[in-house]
Amino acid sequence: MSRDAVLSAVNLTRHYQIKGGPFSKPATVKALNEASFELYPGQTLAVVGESGCGKSTLARVLTMIEPPTSGQLTISGHHVSLKEGQRPPAALRREVQIIFQNPYGSLNPRKTVATMLEEPLKLNRKEMSAAERREAALEMIAKVGLRPEHADRYPHMFSGGQRQRIAIARALMLNPKILVLDEPVSALDLSIQAQVLNLLADLQDEFGLAYVFISHDLSVVRRIADDVIVMYFGQPVETGPAEEVFTTPRHPYTQALFSATPVADPNRRRERVHLKGEPPSPLAPPPGCPFAPRCHLATEECTQVDPPLEYVNDRVEVACIHVDQAAAKYAVAG
Amino acid sequence: MALLDIEGLSVRFKTSSGLFAAVEDVDINVDRGEVWSIVGESGSGKSVSMLAVMGLLPWTAQVTADRMTFDGQDLQQMNSRQRRRIIGGEMSMIFQEPMSSLNPCFTVGTQIDEMIKQHLGGSRKERHERALDLLAQVGIPDPAQRIKAYPHQLSGGMSQRVMIAMAISCNPRLLIADEPTTALDVTIQAQILELLLKLQEDTGMALILITHDMGVVAETAKHVVVQYAGRQVEKQDVKSLFAHPRHPYTEALLSALPERAGDQDRLPTIPGVVPGEHDRPSGCLFNPRCQYATELCREVEPVAAPDDPASTLCHYPLDHPAAGTPPSAAPSQDPPPSDPPSPNPPRPEVRP
Repeated sequence: MSRDAVLSAVNLTRHYQIKGGPFSKPATVKALNEASFELYPGQTLAVVGESGCGKSTLARVLTMIEPPTSGQLTISGHHVSLKEGQRPPAALRREVQIIFQNPYGSLNPRKTVATMLEEPLKLNRKEMSAAERREAALEMIAKVGLRPEHADRYPHMFSGGQRQRIAIARALMLNPKILVLDEPVSALDLSIQAQVLNLLADLQDEFGLAYVFISHDLSVVRRIADDVIVMYFGQPVETGPAEEVFTTPRHPYTQALFSATPVADPNRRRERVHLKGEPPSPLAPPPGCPFAPRCHLATEECTQVDPPLEYVNDRVEVACIHVDQAAAKYAVAG
Repeated sequence: MALLDIEGLSVRFKTSSGLFAAVEDVDINVDRGEVWSIVGESGSGKSVSMLAVMGLLPWTAQVTADRMTFDGQDLQQMNSRQRRRIIGGEMSMIFQEPMSSLNPCFTVGTQIDEMIKQHLGGSRKERHERALDLLAQVGIPDPAQRIKAYPHQLSGGMSQRVMIAMAISCNPRLLIADEPTTALDVTIQAQILELLLKLQEDTGMALILITHDMGVVAETAKHVVVQYAGRQVEKQDVKSLFAHPRHPYTEALLSALPERAGDQDRLPTIPGVVPGEHDRPSGCLFNPRCQYATELCREVEPVAAPDDPASTLCHYPLDHPAAGTPPSAAPSQDPPPSDPPSPNPPRPEVRP
């Protein structure tokens, strides 16, 4: 583990137990399986994948809302060891903040903006006076591009983009080192999305924040990510520097995901990597590689072995038996 | 004669503070076998205008149009019974949320059967076979089993396929798809779009795709209508739209796309927000956010120049070399694909 990583995860796993009913057996849902990565100050790690791939479970584990079933989470050099139902220490909770997808649901409609921004200070900075808290809130309101008169308004008086700015301001009140962004711009219109992305970039530069950026929008991810993790069915299938993963995707799922994403250029007609069917049910995981039933390269071996992540060079890791074949095929088609 | 011919369509809603114009002065001409797209942000009136065509708006809506015909029949003159025969049959629609558009209390077979019974008739056995055919046609594996499934037993992608099966059950000549893939994952989105285009090609029906995703527009449509705050700001062939947007809004929207921003440090943005019900500016609706706005834009509402093939709703349409050719003639002389529009073009010439 590198010394200056602000967050490091080793084989982070989260399983959920489902109680059996009168007609069903108890089962285990493996929502997150063996995710390992490191996050550095001022860097953005993007997590991409489709719904049900464990992106949001990862967010919940990183923010210590839920403890991992197994694996090691280290935040600012402190090992987080939690039992089910135990609260993490306040000092660590301050370091990691989260911003949710829907700014309409994540703000309390009965509190003014200033009250919402002051609340974390009230709980964590007991030494601050009311006037100091107010001043800090106003300062943050200006930082996220809102005006001072917005402080005493209620969430319903704001548009979607402005609400997301409020959510960002609230997350930054305690000077966290890590911001987990769970689909922060996917509920916003295109013209507003660009404003919020620029704001996030500015704040990252100013505070040296580390972002975990969870998204399904690949064009956004490509723009802002330094590193990327592609997840499928709870498992990372490809990780590496964003630039390299985007230019030469090696896992067949990454290739399919990239080629399925519509490109805003009517002159470009790319050969699609066809993806048949839908993701498997988490209650009935397929044997071997979870992607095998939809993969065009799948062989007998794929249904028997679940491939671990392996380095293909010193930067990129891929979990696929046929990685050479997949990469070669993509190079020809691309 | 165009299949769907709409001119000057306006939709106003009665609200407590008077009439609110959700859609104003929209023209669209869709021919047989054409693929159109209506693109715009939320509140641009793109769904409302098509719901008005389908006659699906609530009674608070006042729909007016200079002309609104489908296959030569005047939709405004029809009584509701005649109209009922067309909508769902010759002209049908699919919606954004496949999970909530299906009735949870009935099997998908029953729901498809209802459509066929209403519009085509036939014996129970014939209808059942038709339903099985349709499910196979939209790519649902094992139709004989799935026809007995309830909507909650299907995934989002499967539900949308069932919706498509219902919509095409009576061989429509026009299919309106309102954000059909927005609620779906990208790999499923690709499957559904491919299915829609294949069905369109096989049956020769016209397709209107309502979307906010420029990527979806670029990959599916041939002709595009851009809407902003209830107004139709521009109407162009897809290739020339992406290469040479005529309206400043379209230009700004395209350059706000992360994938078009290139290596610039910051994404070009459109300042401000889409005007709502109570804060409509005077003059051009886009003027507070427009980088080219002048005094004229703030005071006078623009009208499209009669000689403009793109009917750009702007006092100063952006003049590009290829613009001015009629949309139907443009595709053959397109510039090479490696020619993204510059994000900050020089100030356009003022039209006399």
